[in-house]
Amino acid sequence: MAESTRPLPNFEESDTAPFWEGTTDRRLRFQRCSDCDTVIFHPRRHCVGCLGCDLTWHDASGRGTVYSYSIVRQSYHPFFRQHVPYVVAWVDLDEGPRLLSNVVGIEDPSSQVHCGMPVRVEWEPHGDHAIPLFRPL
Amino acid sequence: MSIQQRDAAIVGIHEFPSRDVEGELSPLHIKAESASKALADAGLTWSDVDGIYDAGEGGASGLTIAEYFGLSPTVIDTTNVGGSSYQFHAAHARRAIAAGKARVALLTYGSTAHSSVSRIGTGGRGMGGYPADNLESFAGLTLIANYAMCAHRHMFEFGTTSEQLAEISVATRCHAMRNPEAVRAMEDLEFLDIRETTIDDVVNSRMIADPLHLLECCMISDGGGAVVIAAPEVARDCRRKPVWILGTGEATKYPLGGADITSSAAVQSGPIGFGEAGVSADEMDIAMIYDSFSITVLTILEDLGFCPKGEGGRWVEGGRLRFDRPSEGPALNTDGGGLSSNHPGMRGIFLLIEAARQLRGESTAQVEGAKLAVAHGNGGMLGSRHSAGTVILGAD
Repeated sequence: MAESTRPLPNFEESDTAPFWEGTTDRRLRFQRCSDCDTVIFHPRRHCVGCLGCDLTWHDASGRGTVYSYSIVRQSYHPFFRQHVPYVVAWVDLDEGPRLLSNVVGIEDPSSQVHCGMPVRVEWEPHGDHAIPLFRPL
Repeated sequence: MSIQQRDAAIVGIHEFPSRDVEGELSPLHIKAESASKALADAGLTWSDVDGIYDAGEGGASGLTIAEYFGLSPTVIDTTNVGGSSYQFHAAHARRAIAAGKARVALLTYGSTAHSSVSRIGTGGRGMGGYPADNLESFAGLTLIANYAMCAHRHMFEFGTTSEQLAEISVATRCHAMRNPEAVRAMEDLEFLDIRETTIDDVVNSRMIADPLHLLECCMISDGGGAVVIAAPEVARDCRRKPVWILGTGEATKYPLGGADITSSAAVQSGPIGFGEAGVSADEMDIAMIYDSFSITVLTILEDLGFCPKGEGGRWVEGGRLRFDRPSEGPALNTDGGGLSSNHPGMRGIFLLIEAARQLRGESTAQVEGAKLAVAHGNGGMLGSRHSAGTVILGAD
């Protein structure tokens, strides 16, 4: 059976291309409005806090905390079914954005992952780009 | 009680009985048969219908439905916000009728999620089609895990336990065992050991996505149904007692800016619906709450004001939600719910149907003299982007 791979994003998609471009030199990027400082995530063209469209890209530190998580024990997806049990989590970055990702580098997810746990980004390379995963600090 | 607007009533209902059509019927077949039976239930016919409401048959959905049914509607609404679409449809139908744009509105739903082997809960990539997907689909978030994250956070913030969440599954199964169609559904879908369950049964069932166990997750069935909503002058001449739509609320919620996932869009839709009806949660005899998972119900009960935020776990303890404890109330999902009776992907229409049965006195888990019900739908994914539709219903 062919080895199936993690479903990868479309690195050229217009809203998120700058985010994925940042991963080529392992930068975790997010947008902020130049006029009202609102953090925008997922990326888009306009500010949702004011009527401005002048959004600037910033690098996050890569540190954050697990807001919540689950341990997936059943999946019918051809890639993920080979990796159960695995941890999915909402990670709140210190700078504000909330990312959906996996918490990796743990032996026993049942006892080693919890809400409020500090984590840092860890990159999984895919060609020039990389997927942001998280590991306990 | 304040003066209520009685602009529109549910006058006809039908729940398609089969949960496994074995590939022999299409969603349109299920919709059409359900529509004809709901119209017959009301004592109306196809030519009475001037408004159609349906959440999807592809690109030109309204046109497809109108032609297939052979109707010439003057109002068409194909709003799709996931499983709560039918609460939105009921709200819109009431407004169209109150504005004089329609007299008889037909809401339809049909799905073959079971026989087309749709892995709704465990497919591994959520639902798809959202702008944020390109940043999220790499993580393998199943739909069940999405809801499970709400449960973990609720446990973390409020000390809620799996045993408390299991109360919802146990009460719902108790109601399902009284409903022959629910029992047949569980048989047809090859449930093991079909009987009333205990808290221990639920928390000892297989973990699907921590902390949600198998018996906290809804089934995936085929099915569908139809609801007929009519103007007062039509409703008075129908075969059945009118079930009045007293208030409606609609809302959405999504994770921008780190939303609190221990509460849902019901925080917004609930007060609008209850306020319009001039009633409060503690007056409800019946709570038809979208039970995709145990945590969905617990969250929404709190959000609708049945108890304060965070106290839902303790509030549901001791079998409070069973139909035979009306003094504690409300009775939850008396048809057996999505957990144990019918969940073809978008369950919202069944919330309206069973609430109407209760207010007509026709439920298999009937609450004696039930007068008020809330039918609350949740669509999308509770832990990220979702919709909420609250409909308050009342008997004469």
